Formats: sequence, structure tokens, C-alpha cells
Amino acid sequence: MSDLVIDVRGLTKRFGGRTVVDDVNLQVARGSICGFLGPNGSGKTTTLRMICGLLIPDAGEGEVLGLDLRKRRGAIKGRVGYMTQKFGLFSDLTIAENLEFFARVHGLDRRRERVAEALEGLGLATRSDQLAGKLSGGWKQRLALAAAVLHEPEILLLDEPTAGVDPQARREFWDQIHELAQGGMTVLVSTHYMDEAERCHEIAYIAYGRMLARGTIGEVIAGSGLQALLGEGPGADRLATRIEGRPGVAMAAPFGTAIHVCGPDLSALRAAVAEFDGVTWREARPSLEDVFIHLMRGAEDNSVVVA
Amino acid sequence: MVFKEVRQMLRDPGTIGMMLMMPIVQLTIFGFAINNDPRQLPMALEINDTSQFARSIDAALRNTTYFRVTHVVSAPGEGERLLKDGKVQFLVTVPVDFGRDLVRGERPQLLVTADATDPASTGNALGAIQQAVDGALTHDLIGPLAARAQGTPPVDLVIHRSYNPEGITSHNTVPGLLAIVLSMTMVMLTALSVTREVEQGTMENLLATPLRPFEVMVGKIVPYLVIGIVQMVVILSAALVVFHVPFEGTVALALFSTLLFMITSLALGFMLSTVATSQLQAMQMSFFYMLPSILLSGFAFPFRGMPVWAQWLAEVLPTTHYIRLVRGIMLKGWTLADAAGQLGVLAVMLAVLGTVAVRRYQDTVA
Repeated sequence: MSDLVIDVRGLTKRFGGRTVVDDVNLQVARGSICGFLGPNGSGKTTTLRMICGLLIPDAGEGEVLGLDLRKRRGAIKGRVGYMTQKFGLFSDLTIAENLEFFARVHGLDRRRERVAEALEGLGLATRSDQLAGKLSGGWKQRLALAAAVLHEPEILLLDEPTAGVDPQARREFWDQIHELAQGGMTVLVSTHYMDEAERCHEIAYIAYGRMLARGTIGEVIAGSGLQALLGEGPGADRLATRIEGRPGVAMAAPFGTAIHVCGPDLSALRAAVAEFDGVTWREARPSLEDVFIHLMRGAEDNSVVVA
Repeated sequence: MVFKEVRQMLRDPGTIGMMLMMPIVQLTIFGFAINNDPRQLPMALEINDTSQFARSIDAALRNTTYFRVTHVVSAPGEGERLLKDGKVQFLVTVPVDFGRDLVRGERPQLLVTADATDPASTGNALGAIQQAVDGALTHDLIGPLAARAQGTPPVDLVIHRSYNPEGITSHNTVPGLLAIVLSMTMVMLTALSVTREVEQGTMENLLATPLRPFEVMVGKIVPYLVIGIVQMVVILSAALVVFHVPFEGTVALALFSTLLFMITSLALGFMLSTVATSQLQAMQMSFFYMLPSILLSGFAFPFRGMPVWAQWLAEVLPTTHYIRLVRGIMLKGWTLADAAGQLGVLAVMLAVLGTVAVRRYQDTVA
């Protein structure tokens, strides 16, 4: 495990008595794409900010690129690229001027060429004189990514980069992320989209500031211990409210005309749905979403107990 | 709608505080601090005569509320030095053999030199000198000398209005205006520029770069310095060409002082921006700074007309010192040695403001 570019242990951050990030451990190997998932307000952004030196943790320690998280924030900032959740480029500067600014503050050589290359790569070479603020959401996001990787960082942190972006642009964005990772860049990306999570090498699930699951998608699903049944047939989708809450059923949710039921034990599940014999039931793999909702409910229960 | 506005207003206690403070500060300044008929003006006496008349004049001048005799000088040139430094506003010189000449009816001269850079504050005071001298002498010219009190005044009161002999107000206000315009733009522009980054969400990106606080501050300040220089050129050209304000000192010293003042104001603006949480607040803070700068610095109203507390308050404002500098250099022909004191004060202010600003500027988010 020599090539961990992110290795943080026990990260904790409190804002005004509220613990936003609680004892989070995270190890990411070079060149991998790690998806960072969790409900709103779960501490994803705060964790990312601590990793890139924008926040100092209240407790915990770690190294980013082998540099101490607390003492070498300046050096870390130079080798990490960070794309903020909200569009954070200068809307009253042109596309080219924005890129030039970031090239300058990172003290890059061959500025002109780098900016030109980035514009070419973006497909914005002809529109380089347009004001960044006038771009549409998808283009803004691509420009922000270009600015974040201009200095060829070793780690790229993306905070919900595809929120509000159309599917086509999202697809292209992810292709680009994979390309960057193949080039050796390590990517930590927070997202709410399950399809995006599935495009990551591994995922980390955080809720209420705590890391609840960690690993590849297969590992996370297996680790949850959930089993699932898929029911198809007339009126299957309308059964959800009747099945939900029965013993052995963790949750039941309609999916189109079908119904998806899951719980920790397969035989208990079968027993719970036995009376609805008009529907054909077959075993299915629980989805990532099932797992996350299940984990979140578990965490909720815990936090209630703690409170 | 009204409820929504009120709620939003209450959410921002800084703004409320400033809105409530504003009338109080205004009342205090206008009500208590400003006085267009300044009293207790510092005066130097140079008495080269030992007659009773000289003593009476001395006593009479000390008796009027217009003056406060702060220096009694004997060496020639010492009084002029005090005037130039702005330590006194008037110098009254009683010449040698004043008493003898008076008795002989030779109408001796009594020389009054006034620092007339601010004509408003000297007008009434000069009248008071005349009165005091007349009063003193009527008292003394009795018996055989009573005749001297009749007809033409027994003493030839020579009034010399230094630095602004014609008493032209614009000679005083135009250089002062330079100070006001510069502090207004410099402080406000920088104060807004950092809060704007925060409001538009570009700050987070800026902080994620390896830029150091000092570099951010210098980067924010330099462009405005250029604006300040343009403003200075415009105002100084107008002062010289349109208003014919004299320019007694050296251009280099004026430039140096102005640069120092601009950088100090910019650092102040930067510091305000690290305190303000929104552009609105930054705006209000700069306004809050401008108010005393205009009213107390000696720009709009005579500095010496203010009570001591207001004078001390004004001493803390960079504008006050810069106004003294620019007036001293333009009207009184200050050299580097004359200006050193005020320049030193500005340099100390810059050091303090710069340090506080860099310290307060955080390289982490919220």
C-alpha cells in the first residue's frame, strides 16, 4: 500500500458545536476514481475541503501526496486541483482570461501553449473571447474542470461536478475523468447520481458526517447484507405501501410497473410477499440505491439513539 | 413583503448597527465637534521690547479666548519655523523699541503673521488681535499720552497672511479634496473587491490556489494604485491650471506622500473587507470611515476649531495626516525634513493596517 495519495485518519470538523465530519478515514490509491456519496449535508464538501487544505480539521491527521495535512497546506494546494460545487470562475472575465489567471497563479511555464491546449481540448478555441458568465451550465462545468486541471494536479477533487448538467454532457464529463485517471491522476468526486457512482473504481458512503461504507460497488452491496426480490405482474407497482413495514422487509419501492423489495433475509422476504401470488417474484441484486437508503436509515436510527 | 424585508434586515445585525450608529455619530460630529469660529488657536509671541506697552499687549492677547499663547520665542526665525510646522497658527512680533516709538508717536509696527492656509479659521482671529491691541493700549495711553489714542491708531498693525496671502479658499480646499477623493475611492474599491470574491463564490477557488495572503493583497492593491495616480494627476492639474493653487514644494515629495497615503488607504480598505461579510457591509464601513475623514480631518472645517477629543479622533485618520502633508508641501513649501513627522505617522499606520489585514485574511474558507 505504498502508493496511497490520500491517507487521512480520524478527520473531524465541527462548526459551532455541530459535528459535520466525524472520525472519517479515507485512503485512495494513485490513479483511482473514488466516488464520494452521501445525502445532502452529510459532510462531503467539508471533507473535500479538508483534503485540499481549505479547512483545518479539528481532529485527525493524514497525508495528502505524502504531505502533512495540517502543516503543508500551501504545498498541497499547488498539487491538488479542486472544482467547487458552485461555479467559481470569474464571470466577468473571458474563457481564455480565466484559464490564463489560473495558469499564472500556479506559476506555470508555457502559459500561452497550455491555455491554447486547454481551449482546444474543451472545443472552445473559437469562443475563447466569450465571457465565462455567459456560458451555459454544461460549458461552465467543462471550463471549471479545465481550470482545475490546468496545472496538472496529481489529485483532482470534484464537488458535485455534474449537478444540473444534461446526460450527454455528463457522459462526456465522465469519459474525460476516466481519461485523466488513466494518465495517473487520482480523482475524488462527490455525487448524488447512482449511475455516476457505478462509473467509479470504488465508492465511499458518508452520512451524518460518518463513513458508513467503503469499497468497490460489489463489496459495498455484499457488505450491506441486503437481499432483494423483484416482483412483476399486474398491479405490482401498487403493492409498495402494503408490503413496506412487514416483518423482514427493509423497504419496498415501485420501479416502473415492477416492485423492488429488499431486506436482510431472503426467506423472510419471500414469506412477506407470499400472499401476493398474482405477481411473479424473482431474486435480484440489490441496487446501490437500496443499499444507501438502507445505510442511511440505519445511521439515522443510530443518531437518534445517540441524541 | 414588508415582513420579509424586515426579517432580512434583522438577519444582518451589522447593517442595523451601522444604521443606528450613523445618526448618533453625525449628531456628535455636527453638534459638538464642528465649530466654524475656532477659539484657543495656538500663538507664538516674539517680544523684543520690555516696555509696559509690550507687556499689556502680551497680557491682552493671552486674555482673549481666541488665542492660546503656546510659545514665547526670542531667536529670530524660530516663530516662522513654528508656523511652518503648523505648531502655531499666529506669530505676533513686538519689535525692538516698540514702547519708545509708541511714546514718541512714531506709530511702531506690530507684526502679525498668520498661517492663512485655511482663511476661514484666521479671519475672526485676526479681528480679535486688533481689538486686543486697541484695548490694551487705550488702557495704557493715559495722562500725557492720551493724545496718542486719538485720531490715527497709535500702532501700525501689519498683518501678514502667510502661505495664502489673498485668502483664497480654494487654495486650501483643492489640495484637501485630493485627500478626500483618494481616500474615498481607495478604501471603498478595495473593501468591495474582496467581499465581491466572497459573494460571487470565486473566493473558494482563489483560496484553493497556492496564492499567499500577502500576494492576494498586493494583487488587489496594485490596480487601484494606478487609478489613484490618475485621480491625483487630474486633481493636481486642475489645482495648478484652473485654480492657480501655488505649488511651493517639490513634486517628488508630493508624489511620494501621495503614494504612501494611497497604499495606506488601500490597506485599510483591504482590512475592512476581511471584516465585512457582504459588499453592502463593506460599502457601509467605507462610508463610516469617510464621514469623519471629511468632517474631522480639517478638510471641511477648521481642525483647531474642534474639541480635543475630536482632534485626537482625527489624528487616528490617515486622511488628517495626508491633508497636512499635501497642504504643507503645496502651500508652505515643506521639504522632506518638514514632512518627515507626518510621513512617519502614515508609515506606521500602513504597517499596522497591513499586518492586521494579512493576519485577518484567512486562507481557509469560512
